[in-house]
Amino acid sequence: MAEADELTVGETATKSGFLGLSDVSISEDIPVEGEITVPMASHSQDEDYSTLDEPVRETIIRDLKAVGKKFVHVMYPKKSNALLRDWDLWGPLVLCVSLALMLQGGSADSKEDGGPQFAEVFVIIWFGAVVITLNSKLLGGTISFFQSLCVLGYCVLPLTVAMLVCRLVLLASMGPINFLIRLIVVIAMFAWSTLASTAFLADSQPPNRKALAVYPIFLFYFVISWMILTFTPH
Amino acid sequence: MAAVDDLKFEEFGDSANLLPASQDDIAVTIEEPSLNPPAPRGLPRGLRREEDEELLGNSDSDKTELLAAQKRSSPFWTFEYYQTFFDVDTCQVFDRIKGSVLPVPGRNFVRLYIRSNPDLYGPFWICATLVFAIAISGNLSNFFIHLGDKTFHYVPEFRKVSIAATAIYAYAWLVPLGLWGFLLWRNGKVMSIVSYSFLEIVCVYGYSLFIYIPTAILWIIPQKAVRWILVMVALGLSGSVLVMTFWPAVRDDNRRIAIATMVTIILLHTLLSVGCLAYFFDAPELDYPSTITPAPTHQYTTRVVSAGH
Repeated sequence: MAEADELTVGETATKSGFLGLSDVSISEDIPVEGEITVPMASHSQDEDYSTLDEPVRETIIRDLKAVGKKFVHVMYPKKSNALLRDWDLWGPLVLCVSLALMLQGGSADSKEDGGPQFAEVFVIIWFGAVVITLNSKLLGGTISFFQSLCVLGYCVLPLTVAMLVCRLVLLASMGPINFLIRLIVVIAMFAWSTLASTAFLADSQPPNRKALAVYPIFLFYFVISWMILTFTPH
Repeated sequence: MAAVDDLKFEEFGDSANLLPASQDDIAVTIEEPSLNPPAPRGLPRGLRREEDEELLGNSDSDKTELLAAQKRSSPFWTFEYYQTFFDVDTCQVFDRIKGSVLPVPGRNFVRLYIRSNPDLYGPFWICATLVFAIAISGNLSNFFIHLGDKTFHYVPEFRKVSIAATAIYAYAWLVPLGLWGFLLWRNGKVMSIVSYSFLEIVCVYGYSLFIYIPTAILWIIPQKAVRWILVMVALGLSGSVLVMTFWPAVRDDNRRIAIATMVTIILLHTLLSVGCLAYFFDAPELDYPSTITPAPTHQYTTRVVSAGH
């Protein structure tokens, strides 16, 4: 349509010596047609705004990818916004449940004091994380509640890996070498967890209170490491 | 000469006299602030003893009390109210811990370190650390004691963590509550110079428990003599902090009640430490069981021999 208009204007301009647009008239011979639509980038754009119609598998895979990306960020802690800005609690839940299940083997049949029950592990991890978050907020930290829970939960990943390794090592015969291997693995993973979570959380504290906010995190992962190290199957 | 008279300074006298005493004018006089600080509320200056002046930190006790009153101005259902109880820096917490472990004779822990800024960070996290220190040390100590024993099967004894937590948090929060109520009741009867708020008492008790953390770790050593020496040292240090804190508060009271209060404080403290030692740590008496068993049979045979005659 625009091209037809321009041709008509150009022709009349050259014919009448460009006397102005008042002489422009669209003759009835040339049909004016076209489309009045806003050009769109892709046809599927308005489908992205509502994820209600997508197949369930896509939804689950998208969430799994987000969780997996955060796992990678925990194992190689660099300053990134993925853990902080796009927090989610799926990863911590999966880690907590798997850790609590793996700590179960020894105490199910013993009537006396055994290892921690499933509920005890669950409560320690979640209640501990909430208390540490409240502590850092009360000390004047700028991180939000769920972001802190997310970071603390995801940083349990190295300790879950340590638990897995310990269970595999315990399939072999018991002895001091067995214990030494488990000790080294648990200490290394404990240090990794603490350093990873400190890398994410320490910057949000006022500078003269950093140690006050980091110490409870240290205590939290120390208790979890102790539970992993003292696990004895029967 | 008039010029010299003009240059000479004129004395005007009291400013109030110069103003026309008409009813429409309002004379405002501004006085110099008084150079002597006023005495603390409710107490004429002459009655304070010298040691209390030193203990109270006389020069800035008024200022710190005013600051404390300003800080608690948020209502108790807001988050900011609770933030005022965590208003401590790392170095302040370290100073308070140092003051609880090395008591200076004659100095009051509350006035010296807390100074109207009681915090809840120290009591809460020292108690949490102590709970886990006692549970873990007890477990480790039992493991080392029974190390050579083939019949012993190691268990992590996780139940004991909840028992330890109940005991220590109850001690650190209920005993201050009782003590505070008791002091409040006695203050109604006998006017005392020194009075503490509930949070200051919780603070003193919380920080005084810090000495038990290294003590619990050292209790792993399976020697009875070592353990009891550690109990004495820890009790001495933390007990003296408590005594020096609370003696000025009850000293003006009836002699018997003051002494009874001090004895009760020390008794509860002893009960906590000895109770923890007895419950969480097995007695290390496995050094000589093999020498005991032959003796009864020897005695039995001699008695039979002598009865036969």
